[in-house]
Amino acid sequence: MSFNNRLYFQRRLVNVINLSISMFTVVVALFFLGWILYTLFLNGFHGISAATFTKMTPPPGSAGGLVNAIMGSLLMVSIATLIGTPVGILAGTYLAEFGQTGWLAPATRFINDILLSAPSIVIGLFVYELAVHSVGHFSAWAGALALALIVLPVVVRTTENMLQLVPSSLREAAAALGAPQWKVVMMISYKAARAGIMTGVLLAIARVFGETAPLLFTALNNQFWSTNMEGPMSSLAVIIFQFAMSPYKDWHDLAWSGALLITLFVLGLNILARSMFKNTSSN
Amino acid sequence: MDNDIKIDVNKLNFYYGKFHAIKDVNLKVPGKKVTAFIGPSGCGKSTLLRIFNRMYDLYPNMRVEGQVMMDGRNVLDKKEDLNMLRAKVGMVFQKPTPFPMSIYDNVAFGVKLYEKLSKTEMDDRVEWALQKAALWNEVKDKLGQNGASLSGGQQQRLCIARGIAVKPEVLLLDEPCSALDPISTAKVEELIHELKVDYTTVIVTHNMQQAARVSDYTAYMYLGELIEFGDTDMMFTKPSRRETEDYITGKFG
Repeated sequence: MSFNNRLYFQRRLVNVINLSISMFTVVVALFFLGWILYTLFLNGFHGISAATFTKMTPPPGSAGGLVNAIMGSLLMVSIATLIGTPVGILAGTYLAEFGQTGWLAPATRFINDILLSAPSIVIGLFVYELAVHSVGHFSAWAGALALALIVLPVVVRTTENMLQLVPSSLREAAAALGAPQWKVVMMISYKAARAGIMTGVLLAIARVFGETAPLLFTALNNQFWSTNMEGPMSSLAVIIFQFAMSPYKDWHDLAWSGALLITLFVLGLNILARSMFKNTSSN
Repeated sequence: MDNDIKIDVNKLNFYYGKFHAIKDVNLKVPGKKVTAFIGPSGCGKSTLLRIFNRMYDLYPNMRVEGQVMMDGRNVLDKKEDLNMLRAKVGMVFQKPTPFPMSIYDNVAFGVKLYEKLSKTEMDDRVEWALQKAALWNEVKDKLGQNGASLSGGQQQRLCIARGIAVKPEVLLLDEPCSALDPISTAKVEELIHELKVDYTTVIVTHNMQQAARVSDYTAYMYLGELIEFGDTDMMFTKPSRRETEDYITGKFG
């Protein structure tokens, strides 16, 4: 065999060029991410104090915190998760485990994909019509419902994908022992896909935590402490929107602090999801 | 051998959609013996095996015609309780399929489905099955560990233990050694020898030496048809059909 030097150096050159391009793009992406985090910390960190977690959102010109907004966000996101997760997991299970024949599964999958990519403001409008306009007042229930509609398709999709990753040989092996299908799903498929499904749920929570559009005209906003789901409720995302648009310096500072809190929360959830997926998929 | 036929296959036809995978197969599998299915890839031997516990029911677009009689009942009858059938017919697959749970739970999984045992009874059953599968000594100190932490050969023996723990009457082995090294293969073959005292065993294999070593009867299949079925020693020394001889001697194709 004769060694072709030209071909070899050509291949090396192409390799170096492609590697440089991909490394450059990684640096660009990381640079902007770093910049965003840097700006958030620079502007948001000094505003965070005990007052942030104990005081209400203030009128312009006086001191205050974000506790009502934090509480509102946590409350509505929790309820949205409680509604969206079970429905999503069950629907995803149907798609992956039971819907091999017939039209229902393909139709559901198609509609779910549309819901997944629907602009959140459209979902907000829909819930406004459904649960705000019809009863005549804004409510945290409506906000939670709008968020649930965003959680739902994400959970459906990840559940289905994760269950499809479970090798069918595992299901066959369980079925061959005489396990009925529901037991195969409960005891084998869910066990094998648990980490992936949980990750999907956490990522869905992280996603809705920063959603503003669906809350703007469903939960609206509230200057005061409120855990009344029947009435309007504050949330971090909407507070950021409102305060950042205002002309007041102290409101701006609070908006930055809120933005930093949301980012840290989302970052925390992502890290948790990652570490969970790593732990259980490695053994 | 007619007296204790365990599985009696009559005019069996099987279709994957439009593909005719099993063609008019008639076969009598004797009880408490080892029967091997041999033949080139795609000849339908695995398909035939998977009809015995109606594995095809898991998937759409599959159709079966004919009869498979087991203890006087047609297992293909839609009215037959599928899960009871499968509890009676154990199966081990080509690749080891440990469940994502502890070694102990892997073995106990099938037992829990149909029997209510106390803790000590269950412990005894798990130990018994692992002993039978020649795995007990290797895992007795780590029953709580995940089944996937075992080596490939150990995993396959775990799957065999799981299959016999439910005390089936028939054991279907679908190329159980194809993913194993020679030492593990020898262990599994030894196991098959010991198991035939209690179980009717049907094994699909690509390895003709293996068929010759472990089986009492052999069925040669080609393109969905059963070409020849008979005593293993006869098949490998004096096959009655030319096609069988060609395949066994490697002159095939």
